[in-house]
Amino acid sequence: MNLGPHAAFIIASYAIVAAVMITLVAWLIFDGRRQQRALDALEARGVRRRSRAGDSGQ
Amino acid sequence: MQTSAQNLTSRLANPTRFMSLSATALPWVGGIAAAFIAFGLYLAFFSAPPDYQQGQTVKIMFIHVPSAWLAMGIYLLVAISSFGLLVFRHPLADVSAKAAVPLGAAFTFLALITGALWGRPMWGAYWVWDARLTSVLILFFLYLGLMALRSSLDDEALASKLTAILALVGIVLLPIIKFSVEWWNTLHQPASVLRFGGPSIHASILVPLLVMAVGFVLAFTAMHLMAMRNEILRRRVKALTLAEVSRAGAGIPAGAKG
Repeated sequence: MNLGPHAAFIIASYAIVAAVMITLVAWLIFDGRRQQRALDALEARGVRRRSRAGDSGQ
Repeated sequence: MQTSAQNLTSRLANPTRFMSLSATALPWVGGIAAAFIAFGLYLAFFSAPPDYQQGQTVKIMFIHVPSAWLAMGIYLLVAISSFGLLVFRHPLADVSAKAAVPLGAAFTFLALITGALWGRPMWGAYWVWDARLTSVLILFFLYLGLMALRSSLDDEALASKLTAILALVGIVLLPIIKFSVEWWNTLHQPASVLRFGGPSIHASILVPLLVMAVGFVLAFTAMHLMAMRNEILRRRVKALTLAEVSRAGAGIPAGAKG
């Protein structure tokens, strides 16, 4: 595939878009896991939301 | 009589139900987005011909245009969500606005960068201060301003309201960006897809562009769902942490009903 005389600009554009989108998804996954871990730790200490307090019969 | 849209909105108003529905939808939306982008990349690099004027640099348009559309579309979503917070006090409206702003900033950044990388070989300059480019740069700063305003206030409810007001004021920028190429004499070309009279682009280039655009919109939708889920979890963690602290202060054991 010949991208012509401006190949570097085309490749750089696609590389930056890929890098930003992959970074966004990675950050979202990491942040989601961090929040879920924090929530699990709180619930493990017996701190529960009112809507879930009855689930454990407490 | 409630419309189906109102029914859907009220059903989604419950964050717990939203978490359940979004968990089911996310793999599908993400998977379909990846399939569209993969097919779009195939069309862009193995099917679309070089443009008669731009040559192969037209390939940059397949990522620049969807990014630019999303930059504006996400802002519209932020404004609608802000309206939903201020007028209807919808429980998820602020979550939606807060989750969308950094994503909007990212896609605006991509529109600016890919535009600059297209501009250098085509115009001879990475940047010119024409109305379209300048108004999109202001949109980028507006996104950053929304994030800065929200994070500068400790009172989250007040931060949400002030951010929503700024977001609604900022919506005046959208028609300025859209019509800047018609109102002023700009180096940036006028609209060639979303225009009266239909697209002026040949199907061999229009189809890959539209496939990529659908892929980008779906990718944003998946990221927005993820960001909203994270924000709901963050608020639950904060609420439970405060509950734990107040229980500890009152001498109540964590597991006891209070």
